[in-house]
Amino acid sequence: MNAPAYNFAYLDEQTKRMIRRAILKAIAIPGYQVPFASREMPMPYGWGTGGVQVTAAILGPDDKLKVIDQGSDDTTNAISIRKFFAKTAGVATTTATEEATVIQTRHRIPETTLSEGQVLVYQVPIPEPLRFLEPRETETRRMHALAEYGLMHVKLYEDIARFGHIATAYAYPVKVNARYVMDPSPTPKFDNPKMDNCAALQLFGAGREKRIYAIPPYTQVVSLDFEDHPFEPYRFNAPCALCGAEKSYLDEIVTDDKGSRMFVCSDTDFCEGRQAEGHHGSLSAAPYKEKARQQEKNNG
Amino acid sequence: MADQTLLENDAPLLIADGLSKSYGKIAACRDVSFALYPGEVLAIVGESGSGKSTLLQLLSGQLAASGGHVSYRMRDGVTRDLATLGEAERRFLFRTDWGFVHQDPAQGLRMAVSAGANVGERLMAVGWNHYGRIRDTASDWLTRVEIDTARIDDAPRTYSGGMRQRLQIARNLVTEPRLVFMDEPTGGLDVSVQARLLDLLRSLVAELHLAVVIVTHDLAVARLLSHRVMVMKGGCVIETGLTDQVLDDPREPYTQLLVSSILPP
Repeated sequence: MNAPAYNFAYLDEQTKRMIRRAILKAIAIPGYQVPFASREMPMPYGWGTGGVQVTAAILGPDDKLKVIDQGSDDTTNAISIRKFFAKTAGVATTTATEEATVIQTRHRIPETTLSEGQVLVYQVPIPEPLRFLEPRETETRRMHALAEYGLMHVKLYEDIARFGHIATAYAYPVKVNARYVMDPSPTPKFDNPKMDNCAALQLFGAGREKRIYAIPPYTQVVSLDFEDHPFEPYRFNAPCALCGAEKSYLDEIVTDDKGSRMFVCSDTDFCEGRQAEGHHGSLSAAPYKEKARQQEKNNG
Repeated sequence: MADQTLLENDAPLLIADGLSKSYGKIAACRDVSFALYPGEVLAIVGESGSGKSTLLQLLSGQLAASGGHVSYRMRDGVTRDLATLGEAERRFLFRTDWGFVHQDPAQGLRMAVSAGANVGERLMAVGWNHYGRIRDTASDWLTRVEIDTARIDDAPRTYSGGMRQRLQIARNLVTEPRLVFMDEPTGGLDVSVQARLLDLLRSLVAELHLAVVIVTHDLAVARLLSHRVMVMKGGCVIETGLTDQVLDDPREPYTQLLVSSILPP
């Protein structure tokens, strides 16, 4: 059933070795962007070709894979990639964060604290944090080499001058291991503190840009800021409407054309887990179910 | 203490020694030597293609010379050959102790970034990490170059040519450099704006005790700003001396031609 027409995890062994070498180098120099010979993948650029290649290179037959897209396990992208590896590698898949050994992600870090032995693989569209400040790639590489990062603060300065606070809400620049400034991929800045001193290995793959970078376990990751405008993670000031969580990152969902909206956890696994534990929010199905049960009892 | 200052002013800040640069068979710059002292303004004049801009790039370490050396006295008092500096040191020097004013402000400014951030960039590059202080310093410098501080959050692309040039000067001077290179700073500005800019430059140079190497084809600029003049032709320095001396009593036929080509006021 598990199609023998493919090599294990789609890529051929030589390609996987090449990617593993890049990953090893990336781990050795935290935050440094290692070039690699990115391959064409059977999906368009921007859909996670970098992440998929990293995942393919590190996946073993005993691994359990979880794929999330904007925190959700059941969006098209997440399902497709999960199926892709189920088919080409025959690995077990899961939606539970605790059970997974490899988690490929787009735009989020799971709410559940990651543990040693887990690997978080990010899909990265633009690996270069200085891209829109300095258009020359030769120059940005030199700036990384010489640790000239004044320009990064120019961006934050502009934010404060224009909006009164640091308005960058995602892809918020961080300094890794007190050396390289890194783009954490378009995760919300809410997730930045989770990268610091994280027990899991974090790998970043950018397919179109042909770059891999990494944060080894227990590495210092600091979000850049000003003394008088310190870094602040942002979150809607509301509990999750389904599970009542007060500290998770929320998605805003428009529910009609009259301006009604609800806020729910963007991490679906986390939200479902909490609901199963009996937590519920203002709009969760549980109260209605209880009411229906009550009614049945009265009628019966 | 007074002796110390005297001694410091006595030693040259920048020394060019037999500087040459050739592009293939074309010699853009041939055997240029001079010493520049703190607080001194040196004008390099000459027609287009005489090697002025090449010389400026050689002096500021942006081009590697084919022959000769440039030495600079660092803030710690040690004179060092620029070619022996590491890239990191050279770039650090370039954004702290030096300034470079381009003819086209778009080359020296970040056009899409606000004026405040343009001035503050050098400060942030040397580790300033307090928004309030950076902004105060930036607005202070905008005042000094006569730009209305209400425009601090506007991008320089909304500025007029003269304002852009003044902003570029503020951006360069904010780290209090000791040496500033200027490449035709008044080129492309109309006469009244030029006059105002020259006035501003002259007072800033005196106030900050700046050493300046200024490249210009406009002898009026040289006369107003500089103490000394070097006349270049075909990559060679053909005449050098005090500004008044060279411009009032030119020795070389070419300099005589240059001086006489100015319309009398």
